Amino acid sequence: MDWVAAALDGDRRALARLLSFVENGTPEGQAALAALFPKAGHAHIVGITGSPGAGKSTLVGKLVKVFRERGAPLAIVAVDPSSPYSGGALLGDRLRMQQVTPDSGVFIRSMASRGHPGGIAHATRDVLAVLDAVGFPLILVETVGAGQAQVEVASVAHTVVLVEAPGMGDDVQALKAGLMEIADIIVVNKADRPEARQTVRALKSVRQGVQQKGHHGLSPEAVSDAVEAWPFPILETIAIENEGIAGLADTICDHRAYLRASGQWNLLLRRHARAEIEAWLQRHLLTLLEERASTADLEASVRLVLQREKDPASVARALLRSLMGADTCD
Amino acid sequence: MDKKIRVLIAKPGLDGHDRGAKVVARALRDAGMEVIYTGLRQTPEMVAEAALQEDVAVVGLSILSGAHMALVPRVMEALEERGIGALPLFVGGIVPPDDVALLKDLGVRGVFGPGTNTQVLVDFIREVAEA
Repeated sequence: MDWVAAALDGDRRALARLLSFVENGTPEGQAALAALFPKAGHAHIVGITGSPGAGKSTLVGKLVKVFRERGAPLAIVAVDPSSPYSGGALLGDRLRMQQVTPDSGVFIRSMASRGHPGGIAHATRDVLAVLDAVGFPLILVETVGAGQAQVEVASVAHTVVLVEAPGMGDDVQALKAGLMEIADIIVVNKADRPEARQTVRALKSVRQGVQQKGHHGLSPEAVSDAVEAWPFPILETIAIENEGIAGLADTICDHRAYLRASGQWNLLLRRHARAEIEAWLQRHLLTLLEERASTADLEASVRLVLQREKDPASVARALLRSLMGADTCD
Repeated sequence: MDKKIRVLIAKPGLDGHDRGAKVVARALRDAGMEVIYTGLRQTPEMVAEAALQEDVAVVGLSILSGAHMALVPRVMEALEERGIGALPLFVGGIVPPDDVALLKDLGVRGVFGPGTNTQVLVDFIREVAEA
């Protein structure tokens, strides 16, 4: 069966199968990615990130409803962590999006992070490329419950929404490097909680600095003068009550319009392309290492380190050198 | 290459008891599988759509309401409509022995009652997922 042709034709089963191929890095998956690549590049990819329990999945579920009512089909990629021990995963984001599932205009795919540390999975990028290529104009990516440094979603999304829950820390937390810097829109969810006002105030106090420096890695100087700077909005929602959701949907669309008008869209694409090539380089390199490194050499190196004869960095460098040497002598 | 067995654990129908489903989901997770848990009160269409979109290898239905003879055929129909009728299906919950035979006649691959050793379930899923 030609899964690519079928998926492009709107066959959801073929699409689901393709996503598995891509996720598992099979030869079919690689071929599909290569075939679909020219067709991608049209979707608006929105990352939804924030700490565990902040309400990301519930928020996404409600957002999907709003966007569906406005007409366009959309896809959701929801990433949850894999167990560091068993490699298994419990993917529970669908649970909070269930009111939207029996709608053929909504495609939800759960992914396990499979050991990748950045808040998304290795293959999330590839899954997004497939969904983009088959024509979803809007794709929401929900990261794993993210801590301070899980910022990789910025290198796949055009718009990053950071979801905060009240009472998670003071303004020093907000000043720390990381998530705050990659956000384009901040949402304080559970805004009916008593600490919500304080959280909003703390976030607002640090917003200005972030605004001046630029955010999502885009410097304000890069914005054309014809366009007003992005206001870096801080919104309040109560996802479970459906409050503030329509406003968030509007703001997401506004951000896309802003990126287009300001010329930042192209800068982002450039940065994403580079990040993608680098990610593939790492993957290819790792595969190469796995294929070539001999267990005996590795064990010998471990012994050297345990006996404190050599430090791990030097041992790794020596291993790499021998592997690369093997390459030129082949 | 990184291939994992993906399993859908779903609760169709109206009973609100999901302890069993969660125990199973966790056991499968600990056996290295990727478990998509749908949560409570799913319609057969929702279950089938989730199975399709998630491209799972096996579908498990947890039913404690006694409505298995009504729900299971409807889930099977919904899977069939989506071209994935061949997916192995198992049922967990409280099912009288006579109904176990009936469900198996319908094509359900396994029926597991309370107290089932989770290792039995893990082995069962590995076996049907391979085929």
